[in-house]
Amino acid sequence: MASSSPATATAHADAHPAHLQHHFVSSDQQFDAAKMGMWLFLVTEVLLFAGMFVAYTVYRVWHPEVFVAGATLLNPWLGGLNTVVLLASSFTVALSIHFIQKGNQKALLINIALTMAAAFVFLVVKYFEYTHKFHLGIFPGENYAYADVSVPYIQQFFSIYFVMTGIHGVHVLIGIGLFIWLAIRAAKGHFTSEWYTPVELVGLYWHIVDIIWIFLFPLLYLI
Amino acid sequence: MSAAQTSGVAVTPPPVHYLNHDKSIRSWLLTVDHKRIGLMYLVSVSLAFLIAGILAMFVRYELMAPGQDIMTAETYNKFFSMHGIMMVFLFIIPSIPAVMGNFALPLHLGAKDVAFPRLNLASYYIYVAGGILVVVALLVGKVDTGWTFYTPYSDRTSDAVLFMTMAVFVAGFSSILTGLNFIVTIHKMRAPGMTWNRLPLFVWGIYATSIVQVLATPVIGITMLLLFLERLLGIGIFDPALGGDPVLFQHFFWFYSHPAVYIMILPAFGIISELIAVFSRHPIHGYRFVALSSVAIAFLGFLVWGHHMFVSGQSAISSIVFSLITYLIGIPTGVKMFNWVATMYRGSIRLTSPMLFALSFLFLFAIGGFTGIALGVLAIDVHLHDTYFVVAHFHYVMMGGTVIAALGGLHYWWPKMFGKMYNETLGRIAAVLIFIGFNLTFFTQLILGSQGMPRRYFDYLPRFETLHAWSTYGSWILGAGLFLVMFYLLHSLFRGRTAPSNPWGAATLEWTHATSPPDHHNFHHTPIVTHGPYDFLSMSKGAGDGHFEEGSIEAVPSGA
Repeated sequence: MASSSPATATAHADAHPAHLQHHFVSSDQQFDAAKMGMWLFLVTEVLLFAGMFVAYTVYRVWHPEVFVAGATLLNPWLGGLNTVVLLASSFTVALSIHFIQKGNQKALLINIALTMAAAFVFLVVKYFEYTHKFHLGIFPGENYAYADVSVPYIQQFFSIYFVMTGIHGVHVLIGIGLFIWLAIRAAKGHFTSEWYTPVELVGLYWHIVDIIWIFLFPLLYLI
Repeated sequence: MSAAQTSGVAVTPPPVHYLNHDKSIRSWLLTVDHKRIGLMYLVSVSLAFLIAGILAMFVRYELMAPGQDIMTAETYNKFFSMHGIMMVFLFIIPSIPAVMGNFALPLHLGAKDVAFPRLNLASYYIYVAGGILVVVALLVGKVDTGWTFYTPYSDRTSDAVLFMTMAVFVAGFSSILTGLNFIVTIHKMRAPGMTWNRLPLFVWGIYATSIVQVLATPVIGITMLLLFLERLLGIGIFDPALGGDPVLFQHFFWFYSHPAVYIMILPAFGIISELIAVFSRHPIHGYRFVALSSVAIAFLGFLVWGHHMFVSGQSAISSIVFSLITYLIGIPTGVKMFNWVATMYRGSIRLTSPMLFALSFLFLFAIGGFTGIALGVLAIDVHLHDTYFVVAHFHYVMMGGTVIAALGGLHYWWPKMFGKMYNETLGRIAAVLIFIGFNLTFFTQLILGSQGMPRRYFDYLPRFETLHAWSTYGSWILGAGLFLVMFYLLHSLFRGRTAPSNPWGAATLEWTHATSPPDHHNFHHTPIVTHGPYDFLSMSKGAGDGHFEEGSIEAVPSGA
């Protein structure tokens, strides 16, 4: 907005790339700032999930039998499938950054689409897992109504399971939105080897979503 | 805002600056200029302070005599809860960082703007959304939990708590984005020659604050989300009947809310460092110690949350450890206090209104700090927990510390913000009234607490009546002082004398290199920094009245 005012033009008269905002001196400064901002945001994401991991740890120490019994009600094969899907999507998102650095806009678009597809598959699998649980009457907390496992406080495991995977799922959903946005911009040819900051930032975001799942999967499904 | 340039006989056309280069409403609402966003925060935050302050006056009036006077116990519970929630989440936390940080930080660094101007605007509107949710919660039902939302009570009382937890979640998001923006700005946007050792101490204060905002606020976010889901879906994370633990809520809550008191006080330390140095016209004593003690406080602040829970059933070992780390905070804080006093030694002290606020701060914050150490002592805390002693302690820190420093900062930067000087005599009168009113209101509460008056109670024993009455009289003097400030500051916008670019003879960039009010892009040329922020000596060599001529600064090639 402000970059269109005449005062800016005189402030740094020499020609500069269109993506460079008026308050930065150079593209490098702008890129470094954006990347640092994203890393700080990822720190806040880690701390957001840290609260839930602390709750998990405390209650696991208090009621280990609840967590052992709860894990048997989850399907490790579906969880494992989702782990593979997310790891593959982390690979394709890294490839998309690699290709745009080389200036290959077509490969960029393909890899963004692949990542988006993987994120979608993840949510579909999650949907089937959730609906199966609801069908059995496995709800979080006080609504828990599945009688086959008679461990006291068993509903606590599913409170933690649904909250952690649910908030993680919201992050995957936001990721899909971001990939749609990236794909539209990539199709319009906005990104070049000179400037691809949004691809890099969404890539960083996607890696944190992946890493959080890497912790959730064994903690909830396996041990 | 057009008022800012109506006065004075206009022979030459008024200079174009950030307030008048575009006067449309749209140019304000969609601005990405950090200075304008700072002013929008100033208006919103002042509104929150006004409403929450009036609520406090009602609470004090009710407490003037035992029994019911002007409101029922239920209304009283709502009033003190709303007072606390609005003051903490809508006023104090955004006050100094979002208002003065936004306005002064890029100017201090010699930058054109913060690193992410659009994110800055977004964080303002997220704050507004949080404020609207607070109002909705107020209208929907009663929130009578206090500002701490302790379970299990918050789990059972009215559904308005749902809106209030969301409000805190949303307002927290705004706080995170502001902190993130400032950290990146300080790292990446400094002008050539602005090394870390030349940063004004206000910047160091904001830097330490931002670290805490980024690291602590997500935890209150997840806590509020869990409380929200607990009420909505009955997940029972904090409910013993379902295997949960209400004390875990307290741990989560204070893991944020104790560092949050450093979000409130650290930027105040930054302002005080500026004021003491400028109005003593003396370089700050122990610059690096003052700067790094802020970072030390930010770090230690994460390790003391358990001192809020000495009587909540945590283990004796935890209590001892938390108590010991709490004492440690006194060290960096003491470093600051001694350095401020040492800065004044042999300085040319000018008792202007900002300096009077800074001196009030030194007295009031000292009392707030020492009572804090006292409360960190296990045996004493067991007696004083949940009494007026605690209430008085945190008001000495929050109001006597942060609010007084914010007022000092507002008086200091007012000429830069609006290009107008306020009435200095009224400023001094207000500073004195606030100091007297504040002490009368809250010192009485220290005594009340030590005699056993519990906090949050609607009614009390007759033996407390005298001190309660004095406390209420004090709140009137305090309120009069604050309304006086509002009056003469607003008056200055219309009738104030035009401010010179450097009325205080300060040495930081916003005074030496920018007009009052600054240009839309802050500086006509990017400043090249050749001296420290408190180097008044080399400044007076430059140009007599403390105003730098562009030519007096040598362009030194610099790798920054």
